[in-house]
Amino acid sequence: MIPYSHLLHLAMPEVIVVITAIVALMVDLSFLRMATLRVRFGVTVGIATVGCVSAILALAMMTERVNLFDGMFVVNPLTQVVQIALLVVTILVLLLAVETDFTEHVGEFVLLVLLATVGMMFLVGSQNLLTSFVSLELLSLPLYALTGFDKRNERSSEAALKYFLFGGLSAAFLLFGFSLLYGFANSTDFTQIGMAIHAGPLNPLLVVAMVTTVIGLGFKVAAVPFHFWAPDVYETAPVPVAALIASGSKVASFFVFFQILAIAFSGSAGEAMGMHFAQGWVPIVAGVAVLSMLLGNMVAIVQSSLRRLLAYSAIAHAGYMLIAIVAHTQQSLSGLIFYVVTYSLATIGAFGIIGIVEKGSGDDQISSFDGLHKRSPILSACLLIFLLSLAGIPPLAGFFGKFYLFVGALAALPRAGGLLWLVALAIALSAVSLYYYLRVLKRVYADVSASDSQPPPAPPFTVAVVVVLAAATVLLGCAPNLLLQPILNAVGSVGH
Amino acid sequence: MLAWTIYISFFGALLQLLVPKGNNTLARTLALLTALAGLGIAAASFTAHRTGELIQVANYAWIPSLGINFHLAADGISLCLILLSGIVALTGVLFSWNIDKRTNEFFAFYLLLIGCVYGVFLSYDVFLLFVFYEIVIVPKYFLITGWGSTRKDYGAMKLALYSFIGSAMVLVGLIAAYVVAGGKSMALNDLAGFAFTPHFQIWAFPLVFVGFAILAGLWPFHTWAPTGHVAAPTAVSMLLAGVVMKLGAYGCLRVAMTLFPHGLDPWGFSLVGLGSWRDVFALLAVIGIVYGALVAIVQQDFKFVIGYSSVSHMGFILLGLMTLNQIGISGAIIQMISHGILAGLLFATVGRMVYDRTHTRELARLGPMNLNKAIPFAAITFVVAGMAGMGLPGFSGFVAELMIVIGAWRAFPIFAVFVGVGIVIGVVYVWRAMQKAFFAEPGELAAHEPLDPITIPERLGAIILICTSVAIGLYPQVLLKVITPALNSPLFDGVRKGGW
Repeated sequence: MIPYSHLLHLAMPEVIVVITAIVALMVDLSFLRMATLRVRFGVTVGIATVGCVSAILALAMMTERVNLFDGMFVVNPLTQVVQIALLVVTILVLLLAVETDFTEHVGEFVLLVLLATVGMMFLVGSQNLLTSFVSLELLSLPLYALTGFDKRNERSSEAALKYFLFGGLSAAFLLFGFSLLYGFANSTDFTQIGMAIHAGPLNPLLVVAMVTTVIGLGFKVAAVPFHFWAPDVYETAPVPVAALIASGSKVASFFVFFQILAIAFSGSAGEAMGMHFAQGWVPIVAGVAVLSMLLGNMVAIVQSSLRRLLAYSAIAHAGYMLIAIVAHTQQSLSGLIFYVVTYSLATIGAFGIIGIVEKGSGDDQISSFDGLHKRSPILSACLLIFLLSLAGIPPLAGFFGKFYLFVGALAALPRAGGLLWLVALAIALSAVSLYYYLRVLKRVYADVSASDSQPPPAPPFTVAVVVVLAAATVLLGCAPNLLLQPILNAVGSVGH
Repeated sequence: MLAWTIYISFFGALLQLLVPKGNNTLARTLALLTALAGLGIAAASFTAHRTGELIQVANYAWIPSLGINFHLAADGISLCLILLSGIVALTGVLFSWNIDKRTNEFFAFYLLLIGCVYGVFLSYDVFLLFVFYEIVIVPKYFLITGWGSTRKDYGAMKLALYSFIGSAMVLVGLIAAYVVAGGKSMALNDLAGFAFTPHFQIWAFPLVFVGFAILAGLWPFHTWAPTGHVAAPTAVSMLLAGVVMKLGAYGCLRVAMTLFPHGLDPWGFSLVGLGSWRDVFALLAVIGIVYGALVAIVQQDFKFVIGYSSVSHMGFILLGLMTLNQIGISGAIIQMISHGILAGLLFATVGRMVYDRTHTRELARLGPMNLNKAIPFAAITFVVAGMAGMGLPGFSGFVAELMIVIGAWRAFPIFAVFVGVGIVIGVVYVWRAMQKAFFAEPGELAAHEPLDPITIPERLGAIILICTSVAIGLYPQVLLKVITPALNSPLFDGVRKGGW
């Protein structure tokens, strides 16, 4: 046993975030009742930002590497890198909320966002069925509540209910699978489960566990056919919440998805090479990836709401990222982390712009973006960067993310074509994605007759956040090494 | 120094964004100076490096963990094409002197496009080349939707998607090649030096070649070209036909053929008389030559005539590449330059000199306007450009097509015959368009409203282009002297297969 003081020391980043959440709530409830919404958001988000930054510092300074209680609590360079990324994402999402007015429950909002972040952090630092499940729920429950946080919006509540019901169902599936796994391996530790599975042949119990695990996590990452909640949630959730669901939650879920399959199920991977399929989770995930890419890209074409378009493109992107899981090598893990982080930055930025435009026009229809470049050249330039990055146009971060992801996937099985079919399909479908992104951008840059009503000026702080995100997207595209090298070092130092 | 062609263009594009709205003169002057600086550097480098051997321009580590470098280098082929880009870019600015809608944005996109074009021609790292190649899609899309005409949204989207699908194919091939070669380096010579298995090359070659060739207007993937050219504003048509299509042809030669030379080997069996990818692409090129010319004959829209003539002329380039002999490939490179200049000139005449004044491009309506009296300069320019394009001795087109036909005669005698037919049809469509647009019977419209006289920038641009074409036609040696050593460099060992 290790002393509690040491445990607290190891969990310092998470502890800091929890304390910050409570402090933010207390401050809001006790001192800011009379203040304006703007002040309340400013102060609480300020507190939360300070908390997250200190958590980042705590993570950066931690040099210990531990794996406690059968993987229940893991600290190593890799978890630290991913947790730092999560905290950065959370800060950005909170900053987007500063100038909004979707709720009067500011303290509660910040509390829930930070609790979800703690859930993500524990999820990343867990290699154990029990803590994985608990932290997944800690992540999910605040998100359900947050989705319906704008009580004036009926459709938002509807989406929250839908999200909750689907989420509950998938959690049940996941738990069922986990219980079978425990029964099979007599352990909740990923590594030991992996060894137990390695020992024997594939049995039906294991197949059920495998499928239900993929269902449970496929829901979190919004992969087809577990994606039904995504378009509604993206469309109606308050902007910062939608941004968080599209970014932070994705980062953590993809990481744990990779870990469970690559460690716990390492012995039953199977194959999904060109003409050669073998039983295991690889063909299942490959199938889910193909479906996600096809459906996401095809359905995105016909959307008239930008948020729904982003939702379907998120489904397509989940498909690309699942390819990294299919490859399950160290290199593909680095590719996955790079991709999901840069994807998050672009998505948060796009949501930030949607929030600003919605305020002016009242909805997020693509037609509301007509001639945006006349109203705000800066915002439209940023939107150009985000959407082209999502489409994978160089020299933006999204391009390098795709490139490295696909290199990783091909390098996993370089002989006999390997995953070439999957990569070729992904690249072909990303050509489709350019169509719908360009359609939006065309309207942004189209000429429109002078609008009759002058929209309200864009909130300066939010614009600043969006510009920072755009700059980061360009920077990480031109100099991907800034992010790639730390990820490579971390992945290399852990080794599977 | 050559790297500055790229930097200056990008810098010029950024400066354009700072130009205050409405100050069109400043924007134009700035664009002119930027293009002039690019051309100056290109010309100075061309004259300084007369040997045509590879010169290193810049080499910085970019993504060291993947062995990707910011590596620029130029050999004789790149030098020629950079010179061409400089000339077309400069004249393009001259011919867009009348753009007065969002002028600074227009030139910002324009210069971004130019910078990337220089970048593709200078890249020696395949990843870098691909990056520049793909960025090009963005400015050309916005230039067409923003400042284009006839069905501009359709034309622009079609162009963007065709380009993107092409580059997707290239990307698949390049990633596969990079991974198979060990994932250590993306440098052109490293990849070209790696012995990919013949089995790998036989599928990777057509993938990458077609990916690039889509942008070079390979039949049957050429359909973006006429619609895109027609929809684009004049200067962008000039760039598209003059330089951007050459990016595709350059990629075919520089990447597809050097990386996967065995992809051109015989399959070992014969399918309807075709025994290798080389035969297949040569056939497609010949079909492109004849088809483009035939379709150009029946067009009613003046710009479509030029658009389809580009498809025909680009067919010559692809055929030249497939001959795999020195004279054929050198001819293809000279044709790239020749067509770059002549297509620029033709689009400038039709799009700027004629269309911007008459506001119609229908041959039937242009005829009665008696254009050879109203704007004689345009008529003369078109006659000269048309003659040069159909291969009149003394102009660049003659040299290029002659070399390609000789090369084709050695490699595919039957195809050479069809190429001859294509050249004859070329005479027909040029003649027909010329006759209908400029020398038809004058109608009642003739005296109605006097057209604006041809402006000085237009005259200047036309003269620059005509002089270049004549210079190459009279003294092709100036290009061949740098192209030949480049083709004999180790990079093209695989293509040469030990000798020509």
